[in-house]
Amino acid sequence: MSNAATNDWLTAVKAQIGREALPPQTAVDPVNLPMIRRWCEAMGDRNPLYAEGKLAPPATLFMWTMSHFRPDLSREGGSLLGLDLVDAAGFTSVVATNVEEEYCRDLRCGDVITQRVTLDGISEEKKTGLGVGHFVTFRYEFTDQKGEVIGRTLFRVLKFRPPAKTAAAKKSPVPRPPVTRDSAFFWEGLNQRKLLVRQCGNCGRLHHPPGPMCPECNSLEWRALECSGRGTIHSFVIVHQPQMPGLNYPLPVALIDLEEGARMVANLGEIAPGKVRIGMPVDVDFVEIEKDFVLPVFRERRAG
Amino acid sequence: MTHPLKDQAAIVGIGATEFSKDSGRSELQLAVEAIKAALDDAGLSTREVDGLSTFTMDNNPEIEIFRNLGGRELKFFSRIEYGGGGACAPVHQAAMAVHSGVADVVVCYRAMNERSQYRFGASYVPPPMPSAALATFSWTLPFGLTTPASWVAMAAQRYMHDFGATTLDFGRVSVAGRRMAANNPKAWFYQKPITLADHQASRWIVEPLRLLDCCQESDGAVAIVVTRADRARHLKQKPVLIRAAAQGACDDQMNMTSFYRKDISALSEMRLVAKQLYAMAGIGPRDIQTAVLYDHFSPFVLPQLEVFDFCKRGEAKDFVRDGQIDLGGRLPVNTHGGQLGEAYIHGVNGIAEGVRQVRGTSSNQVSGVEHVLVTAGTGVPTSGLILAAG
Repeated sequence: MSNAATNDWLTAVKAQIGREALPPQTAVDPVNLPMIRRWCEAMGDRNPLYAEGKLAPPATLFMWTMSHFRPDLSREGGSLLGLDLVDAAGFTSVVATNVEEEYCRDLRCGDVITQRVTLDGISEEKKTGLGVGHFVTFRYEFTDQKGEVIGRTLFRVLKFRPPAKTAAAKKSPVPRPPVTRDSAFFWEGLNQRKLLVRQCGNCGRLHHPPGPMCPECNSLEWRALECSGRGTIHSFVIVHQPQMPGLNYPLPVALIDLEEGARMVANLGEIAPGKVRIGMPVDVDFVEIEKDFVLPVFRERRAG
Repeated sequence: MTHPLKDQAAIVGIGATEFSKDSGRSELQLAVEAIKAALDDAGLSTREVDGLSTFTMDNNPEIEIFRNLGGRELKFFSRIEYGGGGACAPVHQAAMAVHSGVADVVVCYRAMNERSQYRFGASYVPPPMPSAALATFSWTLPFGLTTPASWVAMAAQRYMHDFGATTLDFGRVSVAGRRMAANNPKAWFYQKPITLADHQASRWIVEPLRLLDCCQESDGAVAIVVTRADRARHLKQKPVLIRAAAQGACDDQMNMTSFYRKDISALSEMRLVAKQLYAMAGIGPRDIQTAVLYDHFSPFVLPQLEVFDFCKRGEAKDFVRDGQIDLGGRLPVNTHGGQLGEAYIHGVNGIAEGVRQVRGTSSNQVSGVEHVLVTAGTGVPTSGLILAAG
């Protein structure tokens, strides 16, 4: 797991351990009753000491100096020390993993909190359920208007490499059909621009969709009959919803009676959905969806 | 000769959760809630259940249900294939099980969060595995024919072409269902009827099907309790006899895509069910006062009227135009509002409505009910029931 490049950035982060991770930040507002009440309501905390303003909940310690939820350009600081290097090394995703708090005295209305934060450490590379990454730890110290320490917080995040896009994302936009030994000849035939239908080797009956046994005479003998691709529309639909990636909507899908006597489902090409009619004569064409995946498409037969 | 299964078993309890779009609890919880309600309705204890039956696409294992019920001895469990086509088949299974003595109390169930947890009407893209079951999808999948709506639409288009039906006729089925639902407090579309104009203005899903031709996606559960007819007479409710029950698959059958048979809208498998039901019950269409006809999509209600001989082939459009499927018509259909109006619990809520019609407790009660016909999914290997007063 160690190479020169890894060591370079990690060494650079480690060199900053113990340093101030952000400039000291003093709260814009003193600890105050309206915010305490709002916090208690959100958290479901009914302690009367808080509602009456006698004390502030200790867990709000972190809150008074928090950065704004909208980016605030007037505020100095930027990101925590070291995280820019971790990001640059490719560990761009983040999740908080540990918070440990220590309270030195009660927090009261009127206290004006100042926060100081230092980079406390970075782990070696770890494999986690989320991905490969490093745990980065910061220590916060909160003081009041007299410089007296009110409490401390240890805050640890996992910075991890987002998982690479899976192969699924690159799959063919049109779903591939499940193929069995009984149907493989049909799909292989399409790859050679042939429309093949299973025909009984004994009685000659056509069998589509194909199966291993002739329903007429129960023979297992068969051959592939190459069809002319001439047919008529037996029925059709125009699909509007739901829509699948890789297909164009409104999507006409037809049931074609082939002149040899078999029937099959396929798309219709180069025709406005409003013009499709039952009984319309059509001819087959072939469309390559991707390598080794060809589908039949039927087009309205031209006169003559 | 009388069929050996006729009137030998009875439905003695029905139960359901509320029907919603987000149940807020697990499918397993929905299942056991509905089952407990059905057993309470029957006056039976969970300890007495010794059989369970459902059909595929339900995610709740029989044994998990049995653990939660605190069941003692499960002696019969069966699960029928082909989704909604199996809706009535568990009752058929239960009747055979109790009549043969294999089990005493069999509960049939369906419990799904098929709106909030997943979308039942979504495109199905099977994994590319070389199994015969998955390979059946290969003949439609690459062409973008991937939803139940798209498979039904292919048959609906041909039906319109062959018999002169129009999308207005499909709309009449939806309007009738929503009118029934509007009067059923348990229905999702309670007090929300639609007009034919609403139907025609609704957007295309897969032409010739519009949004208002498609059933809902619902969260909810329904359970049905079956025991022997002689025992049923000593229980809490008026027994509802299983006069006839049947399954059917035929005519180059495929699952939703029987496109390679001569007549793709004839519902050959439902005709096979009809033939068996009438023979077993010893009755004909004139003896049926009301019917629950599977309505995942409105167009297939029409050929069902034809295969059960309520009208001739191709004449269902006239039957519907004349209002014969409405209350006061020749055959009020889907008096609970159907799956278009009440909820889509994969057909099992329709069996519960059949029971209510025999008991006389439907919110759209038909008078003088002796026999109720209930059907399961269309376009798939299917099943059906004729229920009768005990």
